[in-house]
Amino acid sequence: MSRLIWPALFVLAAVVPFLQPSGYLLDVGVNIMLWAVLAYGLNVMLGYTGLLPLAHAGFFGIGAYTTGILTLKAGWSFWLAWPAGIALAALAGLLLGLVAFRTRGDAFSIFTLGVGVIITLVINKWDDLTGGNDGLNGVPAPAGLEEASRAIGLKLSGGFYLLALLTLALTVMIAARARASSFGLSLLAIRGGEDLARSAGVNVYTHKLRAMMLSTALAGLAGGLYATYVGFLGSAVTGPTTTFTVLLYLLVGGLGTLAGPLLGTALIYSLTQTLKGLQDYQYIVFGPLLVLLVMYAPHGLAGLWARLRAARPARAAKTKEVSGA
Amino acid sequence: MSTVLQQLFNALALGGVYALVALGLTLVYGVMRVPNFAHGGLYMLGAYLTYAALTSLKVGFLPALLLSAVGVALLAALMERVIFHPLRNAPHVHPMIAAIGVLFFLEALISHPKVFGPDFKQIAEPLPGIVNLGGVTLTWQRLLIIAASVLVMLGLNYFLKRTLTGATIEAMSQNREGARLVGINTNRVGMLTFAISGALAAVAASLIAPINAVTPSMGEVMNLKVFAIIILGGMGSVPGAIVGAFLLAFTEVFGGFYISLDFADVIGFAMLVVVLALRPQGLFRKGT
Repeated sequence: MSRLIWPALFVLAAVVPFLQPSGYLLDVGVNIMLWAVLAYGLNVMLGYTGLLPLAHAGFFGIGAYTTGILTLKAGWSFWLAWPAGIALAALAGLLLGLVAFRTRGDAFSIFTLGVGVIITLVINKWDDLTGGNDGLNGVPAPAGLEEASRAIGLKLSGGFYLLALLTLALTVMIAARARASSFGLSLLAIRGGEDLARSAGVNVYTHKLRAMMLSTALAGLAGGLYATYVGFLGSAVTGPTTTFTVLLYLLVGGLGTLAGPLLGTALIYSLTQTLKGLQDYQYIVFGPLLVLLVMYAPHGLAGLWARLRAARPARAAKTKEVSGA
Repeated sequence: MSTVLQQLFNALALGGVYALVALGLTLVYGVMRVPNFAHGGLYMLGAYLTYAALTSLKVGFLPALLLSAVGVALLAALMERVIFHPLRNAPHVHPMIAAIGVLFFLEALISHPKVFGPDFKQIAEPLPGIVNLGGVTLTWQRLLIIAASVLVMLGLNYFLKRTLTGATIEAMSQNREGARLVGINTNRVGMLTFAISGALAAVAASLIAPINAVTPSMGEVMNLKVFAIIILGGMGSVPGAIVGAFLLAFTEVFGGFYISLDFADVIGFAMLVVVLALRPQGLFRKGT
């Protein structure tokens, strides 16, 4: 049953652009899917492995800027530049991991936060390559996307929507398979306790490195899509605020779950869109929300759902006991 | 020669400020095992409270600084009670995330147009002017920073080493369970440590505010730097925080002077990366 939910959901979502929705609705949809991919990336580290990396917006930026620079300045096709961006983000993740995993727990988070700031600073100051403060303008849409969309009776925005949907579907599939594999189980063991995992024969260092690469590759995947969809890149989006926002998405949805990242992103992103008038208050609300979540609902929406489902059979068992007595 | 002395002097003043902020952070980490990401927010708040006391209460610089220190200390103690104390047994990423939430909140609150707004504020120097010592030009403000930070550090050292209350902080950072066994009220020590760390951050921010502008984002950069410092010095180590602070200040000032001012902020992190690659537990801590 639950195995069919995801495919059914994706098929349903794929029908949406053919119903001629407003451009605004499609844009919200693309954004939700795009940020959800980044949230899935963060989930591999925080949800599965139990480590809090704070440089994810930086890796998102590496993917985005690599895609942007290669298509805009080197004239590459998007379909080549995107994988290059993903590969570079994963490579950078590997390099960061090699140093950062020498530290444990808290120091790891602080260290990655510092690296995230360095990435943003370098992007902001390297004028010749990244356009510095002015950013990169006019990153082209993927070659052939417009023609392909027209061939199935859609506009370019519909094509972007389907591309984002495909990307999200791929991400969810990877996340599900990674979690069910022995690799994913090893990560969960590390989350439970590094020393315990090590004594059970898990190669902690290697598994953390692999988790980091998968996680940053997903960040790069989201970044490349962002570059071609928005068409403009500024260094601000690669900063800590983006990391924290995605962290909020993930916490709202539920750490370590498969549905959590998508659920949280969809809810919070659409809320911020509808409450645009409250932009000034956005982080005044988000900050305490983050605090309340970790204090009272650390497993997010998906956790609440699981608790509700777990509560039901328990109640049934109790009534039986009473009637038996 | 005099340029070198000049830079040395600047580095001492900067190091003093870094040390005060880093000491609060390392004390909290030692006692609570919480990397308090909101520390930069408290630092920023300290500068704004001083600014507010100066402009709306029209008090002098010293009363303003003290008011701000008390205000931030109370807030930090409240934070410990409401957020970090209930989370003390949660997985260690939870208090970190909560602290990030607090940082978010403080920054958004201060930069809200109805509070202080996103524009920077200026605090006048309490002791304007310069002195000339053997060809080296020193500003009174920087001398004040150096003197004040040394004074506060000596006071803190006396408090930690010579008073019973101070000894409870040391005891708790050495062994939480042991401290409780010998009858130390760990709740009170936790709150006290947070209050001290808030007061130190506020004092540091108020001291440097006349030199740098007061902005809502001033806490972010400071946050990263003091975290770099306490990782360098070994998290929870008091002497480590002081040595790390001056090390970072000297690297930044001389690196910025001899290499490039643009990347002065990055030099510190580059140093951190190198140190961590060689000694993951920091400079002043024996292996974990």
